[in-house]
Amino acid sequence: MVDFIAQFGLFAIFAFFTGGAALSLIYSAYGAERESWILSHLFAALASLCGLLLAGTVLFASGPLSFHLPFSLGIGPDILRFQIDTLAAFFIAAISIVGIAASLFGIQYGKHFLGSYRLGGFGFFYNLFIASMILVVIANNSFLFLLAWEGMAIASYFLVIFERHEAKNISAGMLYLLISQLGAAFLFAAFLILYALTGSWDFDTIRASAGEMPLLVQNIVLALALLGFSSKAGIIPLHIWLPEAHPAAPSHVSALMSGVMIKTGIFMLIRFFVDFFPTAGISWGLIIIVLGAVSSLLGVLYALSEHDIKRLLAFHSVENIGIIFLGLGASITFFSAAMPALGTLALIAALYHTINHALFKALLFLSAGSVVATTGTRNMEEYGGLIKKLPYTAFFFLIGAVAISGLPPFNGFVSEWMTFQSLFAGIGTLPIIGKITFLVGASSLAFTGGLAAACFVKAFGAIFLARPRHEHAHAHESGFLSLAGMGLLAALCALFGVAASAITPIVTRVAESLRAASDIAVPSAPLQSLGGSSLSMSGVAIAVVFGVALCGILVWIIAGRRKIVVSRTWDCGAPLTSRMEITATGFSRSIIMVFRGLLQPSVQTDVEYHDVETRYFTKKKKVELSLTDMYHAYLYSPAITLVEHSARQARRIQTGNLSTYLLYIFLTTLLLLFWALQ
Amino acid sequence: MYRLLKKILTTPDTVMRRSAFAARDSEFEAIGERLRETVFSSLKGSLAIREVAAGSSNTEELEQTALCNCYYDVERFGIRFVASPRHADALFVSGPVARNMAEALRRTYEATPEPKIVVAVGDGAIDGGIFKGSYGIAGGVKDVIPVDIEITGDPPSPQAVITAILAVAEKLGQKRAARM
Amino acid sequence: MEILFYAFQSLAIPLASPAVLGLIRKIKAYMQGRQGASIMQPYRDLAKLLRKDEVVSEDNSWIFSAAPYIIFGTTLALAISVPLIANFGFAPTGDILVFVYVLAAGTFFLALAGMDTGGGFGGFGASREMMIAALAEGGLILSLVAASFLAGEHNLAAMPSQLATIPLTGLLPLFLAGGAFFIALLAENARYPVDNPATHLELTMVHEAMILEYSGPKLALMEWAAANKLLIYIAVLVNVFFPWGLAVSIAPSALAVAFGIFTAKVFAVAAVIAFIESTMAKFRIFRVPDFLFTSFVLSAIAIILIVL
Repeated sequence: MVDFIAQFGLFAIFAFFTGGAALSLIYSAYGAERESWILSHLFAALASLCGLLLAGTVLFASGPLSFHLPFSLGIGPDILRFQIDTLAAFFIAAISIVGIAASLFGIQYGKHFLGSYRLGGFGFFYNLFIASMILVVIANNSFLFLLAWEGMAIASYFLVIFERHEAKNISAGMLYLLISQLGAAFLFAAFLILYALTGSWDFDTIRASAGEMPLLVQNIVLALALLGFSSKAGIIPLHIWLPEAHPAAPSHVSALMSGVMIKTGIFMLIRFFVDFFPTAGISWGLIIIVLGAVSSLLGVLYALSEHDIKRLLAFHSVENIGIIFLGLGASITFFSAAMPALGTLALIAALYHTINHALFKALLFLSAGSVVATTGTRNMEEYGGLIKKLPYTAFFFLIGAVAISGLPPFNGFVSEWMTFQSLFAGIGTLPIIGKITFLVGASSLAFTGGLAAACFVKAFGAIFLARPRHEHAHAHESGFLSLAGMGLLAALCALFGVAASAITPIVTRVAESLRAASDIAVPSAPLQSLGGSSLSMSGVAIAVVFGVALCGILVWIIAGRRKIVVSRTWDCGAPLTSRMEITATGFSRSIIMVFRGLLQPSVQTDVEYHDVETRYFTKKKKVELSLTDMYHAYLYSPAITLVEHSARQARRIQTGNLSTYLLYIFLTTLLLLFWALQ
Repeated sequence: MYRLLKKILTTPDTVMRRSAFAARDSEFEAIGERLRETVFSSLKGSLAIREVAAGSSNTEELEQTALCNCYYDVERFGIRFVASPRHADALFVSGPVARNMAEALRRTYEATPEPKIVVAVGDGAIDGGIFKGSYGIAGGVKDVIPVDIEITGDPPSPQAVITAILAVAEKLGQKRAARM
Repeated sequence: MEILFYAFQSLAIPLASPAVLGLIRKIKAYMQGRQGASIMQPYRDLAKLLRKDEVVSEDNSWIFSAAPYIIFGTTLALAISVPLIANFGFAPTGDILVFVYVLAAGTFFLALAGMDTGGGFGGFGASREMMIAALAEGGLILSLVAASFLAGEHNLAAMPSQLATIPLTGLLPLFLAGGAFFIALLAENARYPVDNPATHLELTMVHEAMILEYSGPKLALMEWAAANKLLIYIAVLVNVFFPWGLAVSIAPSALAVAFGIFTAKVFAVAAVIAFIESTMAKFRIFRVPDFLFTSFVLSAIAIILIVL
């Protein structure tokens, strides 16, 4: 069985993806839109299932696999080299789990588009998108990798602009494509430099000769890689595409993009900074920690200021990528400071948070999608009271919210705990500059946890609780398959929290595999903190459940006979309308005001009076809270101006006069001649 | 600074000494003792009051505020004013019920969990007092919600209110006992 | 043996916590020149509420009904790990981050319950509570981390015995962190100068505003859980940041002495809280962040003093 999967697993994955893509186009061409949609998602789910099996095989049974297809494709030497090591298998597992859940959810989600869009292309790009994500993590060759990377970007671009009747989606897609090509440009530069130095596209060669490269070149390559990959990951200030593109896509695509696509950036950063260049230097680790600290804190603050549910979730991706960066940066620092045990611990934290974020963010996007689909709006101010109409969705969203806020006993807490531990370890052991940086990282993580909880109280409260702010009489629960997709992820969120002691050994194996050749000292246990006390998630879960149960039983015994009268909300006697409820904007306003120095909020107030002269009685008051887009104002706009300006300067030599151009050619030839003769 | 200090030091002492109240004190303390006993025996030592001003002139409220001051200090008898009718055992309604407050009063009554008791505080609350028959009022409290106990006076003195709480405690105690 | 210990702890905290609340009220009344309610008054209030009927709003969902149990349950879960009168090595929920985040889970559901009422007050109470909780968390975590650096130990249950033997130079950062923790204690437990626990004015409420809608047994649970939380915080404050006087053996005499010392320490903290509440004005809500950042900065300084 193991051998069979190891041999044919990869083949099966791509066969299913190809099948899904092809069938989708064929059925759609013959007008069977519904079948096209269902088949493409079904095949994507099957392919993801194969991916999960293959990842499991590599992780538990067979060990790393490599494949080599001896075709030349007509572009250079045979580039079809795949390598599934434990790290790749770990990411394939994440992609596959989210892929299964998103595809299950998607099957019934299609009916919302039926009739208004052609669905064939969607199924094609959907399969291509997941397939290229898997290809990205298994490519063992920079040529193939860049091909897959671009394929992923383009496929997701078409998914983002799928609902093309809305002009906003088109511009969001454009921005996304732009940033992703900008990032890819850095990557091309990085790989070309590596090719120039090693003469090979092969990752194995790069890995082998990385240590011998001149330090300057190493640093340039690492800088380019950091720029390129963190633009995909969505680190501030390269995040601006993320809150635009993720909400624009259909929700199950948002789940894939936010849950796993941005993680491919993390994957490649681990490859570069831990695998290829293990001696990157402490300063790289500290830079990444600072980036992570900034992203996590600002990400959650921007999320708080949002009232578009999907944009809110997208900003939380920025925050969580920041948390992963904290772990990753700590790991790079420790490895460079010759503390491999702590480095592995921090890497485990980063990897654990990567998969956790994939789980709960996908869960949140799917449940948000089910809300958006049934109400037809993404504006949180127009929800309210939906827990009565969508009880299961609400329950799943609650689990996701608790998990992402890092509250025990769910999975988010475990990885935040580990990240904290590695940061604390750094505060204790590193030289002074490292201590300060790690302290900054730990502080930002401490505030981030609390702010994320605040943000999700706001989100859950505004969407599901209290009374409806707008009537959504037709709102109804999603279908069974959609709920199954969410339920799968919710169950995994709980499992990865409560059974952390069973999951961590797997993650440990992944982290150790990257250092197996060079290093020694296996960390004692990842759930062990410095003083030897350890985290027992099952203990915490049992204690909490025991506490709640005990309290329930006692109250039932003492107060079991009481009556419960259902009445109206206590309203101080005044008639209570839904307009008196707190709004999502109002909820977060106080926090925004506390951080106004960082966020630069602008409040617009329109007031209409009954009597303009006296101004006593307000007829209507409208308050709009928005943040200044600092990145556009201070980074992108000046950059665009600069490019435009230099382009205008360059235009001066383009006179349009033929004889001038002939003069240019003549001068160039002369110069080249001189150069050649010397 | 110096002038300020001088002024503070030379201003005659206007605070009334506690001994000035000694005679009334003992009278009040006697009622207080009875109250403590009643609250303890029939209410297990806890009574939460929600004050509702249904259109009063604020005099009743002033007198009830006095219940919590250092002199009367009803907190020591286990009596507390609370912020929400949901938390309350007894509603103290004062003033004639203004038309606009009638519905609010009814809702407050609904919002209070059983066992509960309603006290009409002051002449206005009993039948409208000097506003009786006015177009602006919906009548006394009993015209809107069932009243258990009435306290006369316009406004009733704190002592009168405390004496009435004795009756409240007994009646509420019976209601609670009836449920056991 | 351990099970017995945990059972004792999970009973001791809820049994003792209303008395602490009563004690603070008593000291406050004394400072205001009143006789005040008896220290046992909170028990009587709880007993009464447990026997009352309930009125719930038609707008509420199951979150509203489940929240009191969850919040009370989290305090019970932490009660087993908090050092009270004796040192013992390990407790399942004693990790400092578990401590902080389990309490945060309680706050999370409290705020959700506040949002669930559908009234105006619950919502803004929740908003303020989450703002305060989020900003207090930095100081709370870092102050405990500072103590754990000194102790070389992350489990609350084991920290006092390690801290009792630190050299004199460690005392300054320990007390700095203790100050930071005390600020967090005031903020998280809705005491002055962050919140007024005795207010009747809805507009000034934070914690009260969220439980305005509760009645009967659920209200009792909410109030009781708040009392538990206060006692848990006080126990951590007096035993981690002033780690002397805990029993080192389980001999009855040692335990009795330790109980006496613990009571005295709790009394001292209650007196300080009551003193603050009688002499200070409540902060304007936008002054509160400054206060909480003070806590954060104090504990950051403590950490820097320790690790340099």
